[in-house]
Amino acid sequence: MSGTDDIPTVDYVSGTGVPIRGNDIDTDQIIPARFMKVVTFDGLGQFAFFDQRFDDDDTQKDHPMNEEQFKDASVMVVNSNFGCGSSREHAPQALMRWGIDALVGESFAEIFAGNCLALGIPTVTADSETVTALQEWVDENPDGTIDVDVEAETVTYGDTTVDVTVDDAQRRALVDGVWDTTALMKSNAQAVREKAQSLPYVTLDE
Amino acid sequence: MSKGTLYDKVWDEHTVTELPTGQTQLFVGLHLIHEVTSPQAFGMLRERDMEVAYPELTHATVDHIVPTADQSRPYGDDAAEEMMKELEENVREAGINFSDPTSGNQGIVHVIGPEQGITQPGKTIVCGDSHTSTHGAFGALAFGIGTSQIRDVLATGCIAFEKQKVRKIEVTGELGDGVEAKDVILEIIRRLGTDGGVGYVYEYAGEAIENLDMEGRMSICNMSIEGGARAGYINPDETTYEWLAETDEFVDDPEKFERLKPYWESIRSDEDAEYDDVVTIDGDELEPVVTWGTTPGQGVGITQPIPAPEDLPADKQDTARRAQEHMRVTPGETMEGYEIDVAFLGSCTNARLADLRRAAKLVKGRQVADGVRAMVVPGSQRVQKQAEEEGLKDIFEEAGFTWRNAGCSMCLGMNEDQLEGDEACASSSNRNFIGRQGSKDGRTILMNPRMVVAAAIEGHVTDVREMKEVNVA
Repeated sequence: MSGTDDIPTVDYVSGTGVPIRGNDIDTDQIIPARFMKVVTFDGLGQFAFFDQRFDDDDTQKDHPMNEEQFKDASVMVVNSNFGCGSSREHAPQALMRWGIDALVGESFAEIFAGNCLALGIPTVTADSETVTALQEWVDENPDGTIDVDVEAETVTYGDTTVDVTVDDAQRRALVDGVWDTTALMKSNAQAVREKAQSLPYVTLDE
Repeated sequence: MSKGTLYDKVWDEHTVTELPTGQTQLFVGLHLIHEVTSPQAFGMLRERDMEVAYPELTHATVDHIVPTADQSRPYGDDAAEEMMKELEENVREAGINFSDPTSGNQGIVHVIGPEQGITQPGKTIVCGDSHTSTHGAFGALAFGIGTSQIRDVLATGCIAFEKQKVRKIEVTGELGDGVEAKDVILEIIRRLGTDGGVGYVYEYAGEAIENLDMEGRMSICNMSIEGGARAGYINPDETTYEWLAETDEFVDDPEKFERLKPYWESIRSDEDAEYDDVVTIDGDELEPVVTWGTTPGQGVGITQPIPAPEDLPADKQDTARRAQEHMRVTPGETMEGYEIDVAFLGSCTNARLADLRRAAKLVKGRQVADGVRAMVVPGSQRVQKQAEEEGLKDIFEEAGFTWRNAGCSMCLGMNEDQLEGDEACASSSNRNFIGRQGSKDGRTILMNPRMVVAAAIEGHVTDVREMKEVNVA
């Protein structure tokens, strides 16, 4: 499946889950700043949630992402205001490179959700009870498949299907495969130049 | 739906078209870039064989990784040197203006934009940095973006955004002695929550806001993102224009100033503008605010008791419990007397000349407490130079502070300035997240800059209102 310019459509994500509990999980926790002293995003996956997962001497701490049963998970189930703080795209890049293809949560910080969209990763939301129930189900069914249907705005696990919310623009971008906006916006280059020339403060080079 | 606000007007002025996603393609009037979030975007551009569309509307600096002690090249940290080289190459290739350390204009990206006058009312400004909201202090519409979006802006001069709602936050009355802009924004975040602004742009208004200088306005807009709002702004007025008139952009070109002023006036929110939400805060009642926890919303007035988790809304209790364990604070007590190991006066929130001047007045004639590591990191090379000429550096150094070169420094621990172990830090920065200042056991207490130096002098968190300036002959 693909949208414009071979950008894949993301109308559906399917995989096992990993629960990450807690409100206000900031991007400094998702990827500590010391791992950002790099000029590419390659290899960031191993540093996702590093300080929550490892002690000073690199021994593993008690964390879902260290558990064998969750190591192949692709759907992260989180609580409210996930991804707040720094705008670092390194955060969703690290999660994606660890193996995450979709997030289900109570709410997401805006810049984080925008960064996820730019990578084709849906961030779908549901109320607190729904998310808590899903986290508990994932604990009990680490091998169980979660189906995130972006187009229908539902999440299915076991015998349960729940309604979730996908932001309108996010849904259209993912389902129609237009989430990579560079080519899309570049096609309007002439209109952009005219807009620039119409603004009182803009002086363009010849 | 808001109507007639600055946000609506600037949005309309910059709208190119509607995209198939329903998002708006918005023209970007100023794209600021730095070394941490831009290299991958330039890489993506090369992969796609694209060029920078509007280098003349792009401006670069280096701030996050730059050492603030020894800045001789190559930098002591190989990774920092590599990032710097990458940025130098990218800006040279694309022909982008670069306020590099040899120019005397380098500094934190949110300090140098306003300083050089490229931050202006009615501009759309983006940067791969969440504190880009700072520039809203001038009546610009300024957002933090991610690296893929930086690629979009580099390649097209535009960003794809959805229109947000506008919440007017009116701060009435007059701030008391010792109460600063920083306290206002910490109080706003405490009341509305770290996610209260998600989906909103904040318009700060009211007498207490209008009476602030530009530095104070920048401190407030800077931390909009800590309240979940991607952007915050203040309508431009005479205070704004006075600042702008003295900047590089206009000092030699007063005609340009006069030409643009009608545009700046035109984008102010109308008297009868409609907002999606209005919140009023009584500025008379505020006192210095400090954080007791590990999010900027976990704040409390300096004389007020730290809340018990069970007294907070249900969804805040668990976070509060873990935060209090990390910070080792006791509900019912105040933060006054909380012992500190480090004092950090710096960051894009509070390292401008006005911040340093006010803090220096309090420091003059006093000494940093034994065992406290205290540092001042000016926000830019120009701030540093001016402060040195005014004798502020001497005042700080005589008191036992170390005086550093410009950069982000200990706000986020990407250079050598970091907390060690479980050190507690009185900090004028913007984030008290666990691990933020370089040590995962470190403890950060956010406060206004005069509160920071007061804590440095006493060795513990203290109410700055009880500390008088010393008259030194």
